[in-house]
Amino acid sequence: MFAATALNRRSYRNQNVARAVFFLMTVALVIPVLIIVGTLVVRGGPALSWEFLFTAPRDNMTAGGILPALVGTIWLVVVALLASVPVGVAAALYLSEYAPDNLLTRTINLAIINLAGVPSIVHALFGVGAFVYFFRFGASILAASLTLAVMTLPVVIVATRESLQAVPQAFREACWNMGATRWQTIRKVVLPNSISGILTGVILEVSRTAGETAPIMFTGATAFVAFLPESVFDQTMAMSYHLYYIATQATDVPEQLTFGVALVLIAIVLAMNAVSIGFRVYLRGLKKW
Amino acid sequence: MVEVTPGTAVANGVPGPAYDEPPIIEVRDLNIAYGGKTALQGVDLDIYRHEIFGIIGPANSGKTSFLRALNRMDAFNTAMEVRGSIRLNGKNINDWRNEYALRSRIGVVFPLPVGLPLTVYENVAFSPRLRGIRKKAELDEVVERCLARAALWDEVKDRLDSLGSLLSGGQQQRLTIARALSQEPELLFLDEFSIAVDPVTTMRIEDVLKELRSEMTIVLVTNLVQQARRLADRTAFFLMGELVEIGDTEDLFEGKVTDQRTTGYIEGRYG
Repeated sequence: MFAATALNRRSYRNQNVARAVFFLMTVALVIPVLIIVGTLVVRGGPALSWEFLFTAPRDNMTAGGILPALVGTIWLVVVALLASVPVGVAAALYLSEYAPDNLLTRTINLAIINLAGVPSIVHALFGVGAFVYFFRFGASILAASLTLAVMTLPVVIVATRESLQAVPQAFREACWNMGATRWQTIRKVVLPNSISGILTGVILEVSRTAGETAPIMFTGATAFVAFLPESVFDQTMAMSYHLYYIATQATDVPEQLTFGVALVLIAIVLAMNAVSIGFRVYLRGLKKW
Repeated sequence: MVEVTPGTAVANGVPGPAYDEPPIIEVRDLNIAYGGKTALQGVDLDIYRHEIFGIIGPANSGKTSFLRALNRMDAFNTAMEVRGSIRLNGKNINDWRNEYALRSRIGVVFPLPVGLPLTVYENVAFSPRLRGIRKKAELDEVVERCLARAALWDEVKDRLDSLGSLLSGGQQQRLTIARALSQEPELLFLDEFSIAVDPVTTMRIEDVLKELRSEMTIVLVTNLVQQARRLADRTAFFLMGELVEIGDTEDLFEGKVTDQRTTGYIEGRYG
């Protein structure tokens, strides 16, 4: 009685093998991240200083800091968010809460997924055609941010829709049965309970926006401006483009400086992701069912 | 507590169903289908004011669909097709310009309690707020009255600010009843409300329902035939999308039926 059969023993062994394989794969995933971050810290870390963060580049990019690029990236991200979050959240609300399940809705959903798959250089060329020339924004923060917004819209829409759909249907039915309209139901029950997922999507969008190079290089980013942008119609430096430029275009840039820029850029992205995770943990604690 | 509505038949001091008045609900040739698949067909019935109208029948016999049609919930489900006529107070429900106003006067209690992810207080204040009640004192009064009527006030009065979903199953079901009452409903639909509720709580809720009958009309869908017998004035038997029989509850239980399938179900031979 209770003695292990041959089958039991084999299952047990297979189970251990499976766990070991999955564990090794997980480790394999972590190693590149550690190597990248480690290299950046070791080789770029010495470049970091207050002067590096808060002054403009000097001497053909071979000295000085990154302030205009840092500020420019913030401009680009903020303007892109202002454009994409309202549109993305509203579209997701429509698709998830209002739209009937018909051919048109399915086509729109397919289009969104495809939009997410369009290469960023294609978005860049679209941005040049649409925002720089057709709308006559010129090469500017506005054109670059709108291009980024179009590129990241699917992220916002999909994240928002998923978190809306995670709210149990029974809550909606209960509200509707009390005579609440769809909008009252969304405002009082659905949105408060999906906001954590929506914010997570938005923050992921921020980290993606901050890191993209291709969509901004023809639409508003410039290799060097000594002054900080004053309006959305100015051109600007940006972290990602600055890195591309000093790594491949400028000459005699100290290696330390290049790695320093990369380190700051990845720190921004990782910090945004950390904030996103923190938000999610915090808001999940408030979750009410 | 018990007040007699004018025109209501009175027996032993307790107002009974107003069979001498025009019915509050008139259903004629009601057909319901989901994406072409019939759920209910050819239903004709009348429900009178201050009546507890029981609906019994096995799963998939169209009971819940019937309630959903009365509530015009087909508006939220594109697959659900409703044909035929349903009149409420003599007026076709499709003639209601504002379907939300219609639903706001119909309280619904589901098989499994759905505590909204809000506090106990906000669960009950939800519908009054939709009606535009803003004053705290007024809301307090409604919340206390409804929770008391649902036999829940004493258990939750010290934790009105905790989440409704943290209550026990039986308490949550009484919370949803309080929420339905907060709509000041003319009609109260109960859809197998006692599935997730213990027997003692069930009996308490049943007592509440008997009292509420003086103020509203109750449609009680139940899979417990004895519950229909305890509560319902008249009972309808639905079977596989068909209204088999409708009659005085006592008559049905005493075997005065026109269709032997009814007796078969009541006596538990199938279902």
